[in-house]
Amino acid sequence: MRLGRAARITLGAVTALILVVIYLPLLVVLANSFSTSTSLSWPPPGFTLEWWGRAFQSAGALDAVGTSVAVAVVATAVALVLGTLISLALQRFAFFGRDAISLLVVLPIALPGIITGIALNNFFRTILGVPLSIWTVVIAHATFCIVTVFNNVIARLRRLGVNLEEASADLGAGVWTTFRLVTFPQLRSALLAGGLLAFALSFDEIIVTTFTAGSGVTTLPIFILNNMFRPNQAPIVAVIAVVLVVVSIVPIYLAQRLSGSEQTRR
Amino acid sequence: MTSAHTTRRAPALPRASAARRGSAFLTAHPRVRLGLLLAAPLFWLVVVYIVALVLLLVTAFWTVDSFTGEIRIDWTLDNIVTVLTGALYQTVTLRTVGVAAAVTVIDVLLALPIAFFMAKVAGPRLQRILVIAVLMPLWASYLVKAYAWRSVLSQDGILEWLLAPLGLHTPGYGLTATIITLSYLWLPYVILPIYAGLERVPDSLLEASSDLGGRTWRTMRSVVLPLAFPAIVAGTIFSFSLSLGDYITVNIVGGASQMLGNLVYTNVGAANNLPLAAAIALIPIVIIFGYLALVRRTGALDNL
Repeated sequence: MRLGRAARITLGAVTALILVVIYLPLLVVLANSFSTSTSLSWPPPGFTLEWWGRAFQSAGALDAVGTSVAVAVVATAVALVLGTLISLALQRFAFFGRDAISLLVVLPIALPGIITGIALNNFFRTILGVPLSIWTVVIAHATFCIVTVFNNVIARLRRLGVNLEEASADLGAGVWTTFRLVTFPQLRSALLAGGLLAFALSFDEIIVTTFTAGSGVTTLPIFILNNMFRPNQAPIVAVIAVVLVVVSIVPIYLAQRLSGSEQTRR
Repeated sequence: MTSAHTTRRAPALPRASAARRGSAFLTAHPRVRLGLLLAAPLFWLVVVYIVALVLLLVTAFWTVDSFTGEIRIDWTLDNIVTVLTGALYQTVTLRTVGVAAAVTVIDVLLALPIAFFMAKVAGPRLQRILVIAVLMPLWASYLVKAYAWRSVLSQDGILEWLLAPLGLHTPGYGLTATIITLSYLWLPYVILPIYAGLERVPDSLLEASSDLGGRTWRTMRSVVLPLAFPAIVAGTIFSFSLSLGDYITVNIVGGASQMLGNLVYTNVGAANNLPLAAAIALIPIVIIFGYLALVRRTGALDNL
């Protein structure tokens, strides 16, 4: 687009400013993780590596990371299967109630977490009489993760069209063979992108988790919430946050590479 | 990718195996195929989610035995009446909707320039870097980010330190802090759909507009905004509904000004009154359904 020089510079400056605001709190967290002050005073009074050492020896923190990864992996796997099925149904067929179903998929993320949380809590404990455990968390997480897979896959299916699938059927491939050899390979990167989002969503979820986790189940957000206001634990929480942001570069970069290599440039 | 597969595997000869017959049956009966595709996900969403939700909402019409604290199935409209007429609930509802609206407006105003820069001005390399830069904070825990703002906004925090020389002060904890923190938390969720929407606006249309004499602002107003509108609305669904139900951020930076989520939380926990909590929960549900119904015609739901 032919933007004036002034307009380009203004837009660039605004973008840079917003990025500064986005990263400022994260930099404060980074600083706090090295600060000798356990309260949040600024500027930090001194430098220490104590919290970094303690964070990597904190059994509670490491356990919580393990629990969160386990929950997120299973919830993502369920969401991948259900999300793919539902997007194939909605994209490849026209039928009565299609809009209702697409609303149904969006609903668990559109309604506030606390509502989903107390609804599931009430459902598991009072109605079904099932004690809360790690599985109730997985079920809850999978429910609101379906939408991220659904969005990615249905967008891909819409773009792919049905020509290749029809060609495959014309050449004698059955329904399953066509899915395995034609549809699935083309969906792979959309599944990866949707799966990554689902994983991130589950990994960071706190509200629904609060209401669906059994008493012994400590996911990372629950651990953080329990320790955030304790003076001697708060800097450890800061360390965990810094590690998470740094580690997250890898999956984001991968997802970008994948979608970038397939996208048609504008 | 696909061509490698097809050249490696010659089409299998039709064999009259069971799998083959099943496949032929499915090809001939699309309705069965649809049913098989939908069975599992619909079962999950309806049984786990809709049933749970409906059962919660039904609870709003029940009552709690004030003596034993157990839920009694006495059909009553008392909870609904309390929520609709109580001054506390009206105040908090207005405050919550106000906060959610303010957060949404702030986020859209911030997201538009950065999304436009990412989609239409930045080169491919810078574009990729910017997408990563916007996505990365999403992986820092929600709680840590809210806590970071608690630290930024505190009386001896970095904001006070930065503003004091200018004669200004940090807003401290309260409604303003809640709005700032929520806007911060949901900003990436608003940027991404708007960015994706702007990416889909063909450059040729923008060029056509300027060829026809449209200046930058005219092109923005008459070409870019209408085309990106569904994506913008999709972004607002996130910021609006996420703000409407939040209670944790309010606990961390909100001071004494409660939101609807806090009322629900208190009634589930300390007050042990699930029916009243369910009645309060109806407020955001009705508001969000109203909002979704309002924006459905813009096609925003396809842009989430």
